[in-house]
Amino acid sequence: MAQSDKRSNANWTILFLCWLLVSLSTAGSIFFSSVMEFAPCVLCWYQRICLFPLVLILGAGLVSFDNQVVKYSLPLAVAGWLTALYHTLLYSGIIPESIQPCSQGVSCTEEYIDLFGFITIPMLSLLSFSTIIALLHILLRRITR
Amino acid sequence: MKNALLAIASLVLIFGFMFVSSWYKDRQAEKSSFMAKENATTFVRKHSQTLGSDDAKVYIVEFMDPACETCAAFAPFIKQMMTANPGKIKLVLRYAPFHDGADYFVTILEAAKKQEKYWETLDAMFQSQSYWASHSNPQPQRVWEFLPQVGLDMERLKQDMKDPAITALIAQDVADAKTLNVRKTPGYFVNGKPLQEFGYQQLQDLVYSELREAYQK
Repeated sequence: MAQSDKRSNANWTILFLCWLLVSLSTAGSIFFSSVMEFAPCVLCWYQRICLFPLVLILGAGLVSFDNQVVKYSLPLAVAGWLTALYHTLLYSGIIPESIQPCSQGVSCTEEYIDLFGFITIPMLSLLSFSTIIALLHILLRRITR
Repeated sequence: MKNALLAIASLVLIFGFMFVSSWYKDRQAEKSSFMAKENATTFVRKHSQTLGSDDAKVYIVEFMDPACETCAAFAPFIKQMMTANPGKIKLVLRYAPFHDGADYFVTILEAAKKQEKYWETLDAMFQSQSYWASHSNPQPQRVWEFLPQVGLDMERLKQDMKDPAITALIAQDVADAKTLNVRKTPGYFVNGKPLQEFGYQQLQDLVYSELREAYQK
């Protein structure tokens, strides 16, 4: 009994960390668009669509601790990760810009921030989605074992 | 216990966000008022159209777009403030033609300036804006229906619109808008201080606080 309590506590903590990361990323994303007034491009919006709901989905999963939440959040995280990967490759010039989908409005390759000379917004997004997936994956393995 | 942690974390995130946001905005405002002192030309270029007395101590710099609805809505509001404080406020118009094809209307406006009908033309444009600048169905050519009433020499206007200096002037304004971080129109600076929260009341508060500071003594 004590053993399973401990396990459940650890699972909760992993999910909590994941929620914290998702919330911080969301706050950062809103900061860029609403406070610093960087206009989000189309690809940014696709990533936001995958990211923002996770705050509430994971949050709800935490309140009445429900392991099943992993099943519902992983697809969103993976979709966000794929978009972030595409965006990062586009941004760094590995995929040429001519095939990118957003020609009107804000360019998806316009550079806004450049921390320490190499960290860009799409890269932050990719990093964030990668960590979210890693945490969710650990949790999935722990509950299915 | 766990839910308490969740609630606390949420609160910390929300308040942290608000704190960092207001800190960032204050820092931006400081930076911009510093620029107004050190680099006044970024706010007022020689070519910029102004309204009001040269002795005015309060400068409202407005980055605008003739096709922007909010700019049209704010125009009478600013004129009201200027009539309420005669000689104390000077309005400087800069261009931030963010709407598609807005350069065209700026060009008309600048050509009208050569006939000394700038403000009349701008008023006529703002009043007829809904006919030619609708977002769903923009019809830029329809603006011409409303120009003769201003009393412009239309042939001369068309000739003046070809002046390459106008293109250069627009490029300069767009570059300055970028430097000053103007991403929406209208963008206001009052004596170099940016309008942080957008709204009529907020703009009035900012203008009046500058008026008090400038004319108290």
